[in-house]
Amino acid sequence: MAGKTVGILALQGDFAAHRKAVQRAGGLAVEVRVAAELAQCDGLIIPGGESTTMLKLLDQEALTESIRLFAEHKPVYGSCAGAILLAREVTHPPQPALGLLDITVERNAYGRQIDSRIARLPLNEAIDGGGEMEAVFIRAPIIRRVGGGVTVLASYGGDPVWVEAGRHMVTTFHPELSADSKVHARFLRKL
Amino acid sequence: MFLSEEFRLKTGLAEMLKGGVIMDVTNAEQAKMAEAAGACAVMALERVPSDIRKEGGVARMASIAIIREIMKTVSIPVMAKARIGHFTEARILEALGVDYIDESEVLTPADEEHHIDKRGYKVPFVCGARNLGEALRRIAEGAAMIRTKGEAGSGNIVEAVRHIRTIVKEMKHLTVLGKEELVHESKNLGAPLELVEWVAANGRLPVPNFSAGGIATPADAALVMQLGAEAVFVGSGIFKSEDPEKRAKAIVKAATYYKDPAKLLEASEELGEAMRGLDVSKLPESELLQTRGW
Repeated sequence: MAGKTVGILALQGDFAAHRKAVQRAGGLAVEVRVAAELAQCDGLIIPGGESTTMLKLLDQEALTESIRLFAEHKPVYGSCAGAILLAREVTHPPQPALGLLDITVERNAYGRQIDSRIARLPLNEAIDGGGEMEAVFIRAPIIRRVGGGVTVLASYGGDPVWVEAGRHMVTTFHPELSADSKVHARFLRKL
Repeated sequence: MFLSEEFRLKTGLAEMLKGGVIMDVTNAEQAKMAEAAGACAVMALERVPSDIRKEGGVARMASIAIIREIMKTVSIPVMAKARIGHFTEARILEALGVDYIDESEVLTPADEEHHIDKRGYKVPFVCGARNLGEALRRIAEGAAMIRTKGEAGSGNIVEAVRHIRTIVKEMKHLTVLGKEELVHESKNLGAPLELVEWVAANGRLPVPNFSAGGIATPADAALVMQLGAEAVFVGSGIFKSEDPEKRAKAIVKAATYYKDPAKLLEASEELGEAMRGLDVSKLPESELLQTRGW
């Protein structure tokens, strides 16, 4: 991981919080707004924000295909809106996505902002020896289906909230808004 | 206060709106168009500021039926405006489930001395400010986002620029002062010492800082973002222009590429006519919206 660079997709959303979280976990971070900037990256994070806004800009700026090509060899991690963009299928309402992980994601599945919450997730032994981790859910989606080859790393209320499939990973919560670096550290180890 | 879970959730949603455009809408059809153009949220209100300015009368919280229809129509966050000090309008909007409440000077104030005590609500609030003292008073009352006021409905960016520059300059000033000087500044600003000390130590507001009031073009949006705003609110600037859809898309693009002149050029081409602007310096004091709020 030494000398590796993480690109943060900076079209809209809390990309600045992710940049700081990558730095806290010991990585280098750069903001990515145009396809050419992907060339210097060893991995990419799609941040929280509004998935519909990011979709429009991805499309308009011809970034969708560039990220798909990038993801063929390099890891991509998405939190919340990023999870929605990485899914195979999106519901409530249906919308296009990059399809990097075989999961179905329902948008705004807990309700509106007044239903946003901070929870404590129990972690299994395989992740830093277990224990608990804070998870900030903001107008969060729920992963309704995970396909074969997708590993559930943590759940909340019976639903998977942190999953990975090969080099790609998603969380429906925002580790970039917590002090705990476990999620970002795991992503950095994939680079 | 900033570390409480409730407050972190409130500022958390504002974090998700950064780099985006929040568009004023008066019905579900406009909301749908705003979402399709890439708005990161919409603001439901009865009339856009330039119409409030033209038609006069009392401007209140928007009709519940319309806000509800907007909430049903779009999947992005829906904000709504309550009058300054009108805590029952705010409670009604909270019960309705809007995602953010704007205690706004654009509506006719309900209380000429007090703002809403925003700490007792589960729903987050955004408030306008023209300077650091005003911003910190609103934060002390519980606001989880500040937007510079500008002059709503004017189509003139000069006031938004003045307000963001003022706040940034006042924050910079605090960072070079000694402890005893901060006590004095706290008095001058009319803001709690605890918040003044926080800003002095961090050089920024403890909540996200957006810009509003007079943004009419992609270049306007990029200008206030280069001056330090983290996202923009656009009111009359979109739906009072010749081609709202094109202009909305262009302003969304400008908020993302605010530092990239080539992209800003693309965003600025073929936009049609902007809204007619007002020379704010020729407006009588009584017609200014920014002086509402205390």
